[in-house]
Amino acid sequence: MLEHSPSTVAAPVDAPPPATEPPPPDTEFVRARSQRVGLGGILGIIWLGFVAICAIVIPMVVKNPTNPGLLAARGMFKVSGHPLGGDSAGNDMLLQLAKGARSSLIVAIGAVAVGLVLGGTLGLIAGYYRGRIDTLLTSTFNILLAIPQFVLAVALVSVLANDSISKQGIPVPVTTGRRLAVLVIALGIVSTPILARITRANTLQWAQREFVLAARAQGATNRRVMIREVLPNVLPAMFSIALLGIAVAMVAEGGLSILGVGVHLPGVSWGSLIAQGRNSLQSQPSVVFEPIVCLFLTVLSLNYLGDVVRARFDVRESVL
Amino acid sequence: MRVALRRVIQLVVVLVFVSFFSFSLIQLVPGDPVVAIVGFASPAQLAQVRHQIGLDDPFLLQYWHWLGGFIHGDLGQHYSGPTGRSAVSTGIAQSLPVTLELMAFAMILTIVIAIPLGILSAYRSGTLTDKLISATAFGSIAMPDFALAIVLSFWVGVKLKWLPTSGFTHLSDGFVKNIKSLTLPAVSLAVGQIAAYMRLLRSDMIATLQEDYILMAKSKGIPTRRILWRHALRPSSLTLLTVAGLNIGALIGGTIVVENLFEIPGMGKLLFFAIFGRQFVELQSIVAVIAVGYVLVNVAVDILYTVLDPRIRDARALA
Repeated sequence: MLEHSPSTVAAPVDAPPPATEPPPPDTEFVRARSQRVGLGGILGIIWLGFVAICAIVIPMVVKNPTNPGLLAARGMFKVSGHPLGGDSAGNDMLLQLAKGARSSLIVAIGAVAVGLVLGGTLGLIAGYYRGRIDTLLTSTFNILLAIPQFVLAVALVSVLANDSISKQGIPVPVTTGRRLAVLVIALGIVSTPILARITRANTLQWAQREFVLAARAQGATNRRVMIREVLPNVLPAMFSIALLGIAVAMVAEGGLSILGVGVHLPGVSWGSLIAQGRNSLQSQPSVVFEPIVCLFLTVLSLNYLGDVVRARFDVRESVL
Repeated sequence: MRVALRRVIQLVVVLVFVSFFSFSLIQLVPGDPVVAIVGFASPAQLAQVRHQIGLDDPFLLQYWHWLGGFIHGDLGQHYSGPTGRSAVSTGIAQSLPVTLELMAFAMILTIVIAIPLGILSAYRSGTLTDKLISATAFGSIAMPDFALAIVLSFWVGVKLKWLPTSGFTHLSDGFVKNIKSLTLPAVSLAVGQIAAYMRLLRSDMIATLQEDYILMAKSKGIPTRRILWRHALRPSSLTLLTVAGLNIGALIGGTIVVENLFEIPGMGKLLFFAIFGRQFVELQSIVAVIAVGYVLVNVAVDILYTVLDPRIRDARALA
């Protein structure tokens, strides 16, 4: 069961809206207000749901992905049936954006999932056992964090997803699937130390509590205490950081695309759409601005919801 | 003194591991890295390059040789075809100053804009001004720097034609041109940073303004401006330093991408060409130079901490 921190209990979620005069900061009153999901949070959830549905449904139902008419009439709302216009190859942008959402979501969520599993496990072990194991793991995380994260990601991806060279010296491009897998693994490795540090810091706090002692007194194994007693309490912190992490990973994929090591054709991601569309920025700005708007709204929603989760579960920001 | 010694040992350990990681990159290349680097070549030429890179030595010996070369400024070769090569160190020597200038420009913009905004927002906390500033900052954080770079180059560069959208003019070819060529990239990098600095400064200062000594200063009749800039800002300097330490990594990443959007011949562009040409030796060196620089900046931040706040120095001595 989730054990709520005292402040959450003291301030119910459906607290009455505050009075007209602005309350001084850092009172229970403000905190109660900040704990509600609020209009922004609801809009964020709606947008993320909309993106997820579009990413799944649109590529399945669209019948005419390319239309020569799109080449002549550039921009939005010019050709009926293609509300978002087309790109420089006559592809329907709505379909491209939905496909891009697929790759962007797969890479970002996959990377954070890898980071959560790896970082969560290691952080839990480090924070629970302490001592030498903690020192060893913590120094490993610190070394990984000693390289700028984006540089680490670029290095890993460009090495692992390198086009192989045939004996004749002709590059053989990596398949889109393999590239996606490499992106997930590389960005997952990059996010591991961050998630591990959050998990460790929270585990350190919770592992000292009485109910953990009680469980151990009853003869529960270390593994059981970690998974059944400590983990559920650490999860909210991990979850709020994971939401932010998805946003960061999505943006990182965009940056990698601009360096030419993100998702490649025939695959598209929001980042690769932006990177490719740059070439026709003057003649067809909509091709670039549409994925930028999608990316911006998604990151905004994830950041907002991450803050909401953090405020609700009283996650200490100092451990960031 | 013992503390200092321990810090030095820590630093050396981190540097060894970071350099080892950069060095190992070439081992991770699937297939034969030499073929990838040189492309189509005769077996003799391949063997010669393999020997030059040192790939036929045992692994740890390779690292030792590589590290020795790195410390002495031999960063390997950029191979173009079987015979053409140029020293990577020359490329880095030309690119690094450009990148550092761009980053410094972005940092100056950040500090000059973020501090007044943070103070204003904290002083007027809860008012419309504060809400507008805070909401804009929240939105700015969600805007990826490369996306902002593209939007800015479209509106300011292409539509309004105020500033150049690509290329770089060296400082020696005129200061104004140099600044103009870096303005759009620096602004794209600074906006997200401003938001991050401003948000933390704001929350920090709201707490500071509740302190008794601020009330004391007010009751003495010291002008508000002076209280804000002198009395209230000073304790926040540590927070600002923390943000700087945390954000410099993001700034490095952003600079790499943004340089490629604006065709600025810095480290990011060099990295792009290294990846594009499968120059893994060059990639090793670029990653190592950036990582070592980043580690040293963080050490500098740590040292500044202890200089700014003696309490930290004492606490660490006890620990």
